[in-house]
Amino acid sequence: MLTPAEWGIVLLSLKVGGVAVLAVLPLTFALAWLLARVRFPGKVLVDALVHLPLVVPPVVTGWLLLLAFAPAGPIGPWLQSWFGVTVLFRWTGAAIAAAVMALPLMVRAIRLSIEAVDRRLEQAARTLGASPARAFRTVTLPLSLPGVIAGVVLGFARALGEFGATITFVSNVPGETETLPLAIYAALQTPGGEGLVLRLAAISVIISLVALILSELIARRAGRGTHVL
Amino acid sequence: MSFDVDVAKRLGDAEIACRIEPGPGLTVLFGPSGAGKTSVLNMVAGLIEPDRGHIRVNGETLFDGALAFNEPPEVRRAGYVFQEARLFPHMRVRANLLYGWRAGAGAVDIDETIALLGIAGLLDRWPRTLSGGEARRVAIGRALLSNPAFLLLDEPLSSLDRARREEIMTLLERLRDTVRLPILMVTHDRDEAERLGSRIVGI
Repeated sequence: MLTPAEWGIVLLSLKVGGVAVLAVLPLTFALAWLLARVRFPGKVLVDALVHLPLVVPPVVTGWLLLLAFAPAGPIGPWLQSWFGVTVLFRWTGAAIAAAVMALPLMVRAIRLSIEAVDRRLEQAARTLGASPARAFRTVTLPLSLPGVIAGVVLGFARALGEFGATITFVSNVPGETETLPLAIYAALQTPGGEGLVLRLAAISVIISLVALILSELIARRAGRGTHVL
Repeated sequence: MSFDVDVAKRLGDAEIACRIEPGPGLTVLFGPSGAGKTSVLNMVAGLIEPDRGHIRVNGETLFDGALAFNEPPEVRRAGYVFQEARLFPHMRVRANLLYGWRAGAGAVDIDETIALLGIAGLLDRWPRTLSGGEARRVAIGRALLSNPAFLLLDEPLSSLDRARREEIMTLLERLRDTVRLPILMVTHDRDEAERLGSRIVGI
């Protein structure tokens, strides 16, 4: 049904989306916890910055990433000299773009779930001899798990659909940065590409649907009656 | 073997002050709703910090405002039964009961406690499937099994039917007289206070 090249596009998309979401998950959880639980000066600013990728045109986000990771930018030379790598025109760059675009959605979902955890349960754990770390691990974390899963799924869906920032930041390199949306757009520009568009579009829908249903099932098992959908 | 408490704290517009002289047995904190009884329990448990004063239990200092000493709740070994059960909703009754269990601590026997509270049939249930009275008894069991140095009970007999109430009262009398656990109990029911309390402290 699909040619090897088309399978390559699907697998690359899954890799970029998966790596982006998993790599940014610890950061999003930390930000979500900070925004949900800690009062500190400049919180409004941090909150706004986290949400910026949601409202700024994706092309601008991609351009800013390009400036940052360019050989003359603030991060590019550092990556080059320390790790000998560049992310420009590479799939890792596509993953970075996807992660930045997924971050606000993930932080929002996880933050809501942390805020929903009854802090009196954490107090109960403390009186039963649990250190703050154990109370977090055994009470806060499992109770916020459905929100974490919801955040991961939302972020993954957003990462799969990422177009503007990716094409601006790392361009469309077949086999390296050509994810599903980029391939669909390229096929649309090609005479006779309708069949490919149809197949890739159908796959996009199926992947997203499977991810949503899977996460709902996981949340039901983990959350005892809580829902992602 | 008793509570020695003299604390004050400002919460919003209300000034909460409480003084408990050392004495044996079960101390009842008695007073109308909103007087700050629960806040006093929270201070003894280490969940809120008093502005000044001291808290000593069994001769051990848990809080001393003058020395800026405030022991964190996890090392105070308070067996705290909250007004709401506060069972962990993602753990079955068994896991809830054993959450604070310390191996080798051994002053309380697991099977005996479970039998005493009549919760043997509930061990595999989820907290959300329990009635109010069942959840309360599990919460009492969870506190007892953490091998507490003292008990804090916030309205432990409310929302129980008459028969259960009698059983829990008998259990508390046993803990007071046989195990000789210092108990600080909050209630607004005068009959309860007079029957169980070795001493009644008004607030």
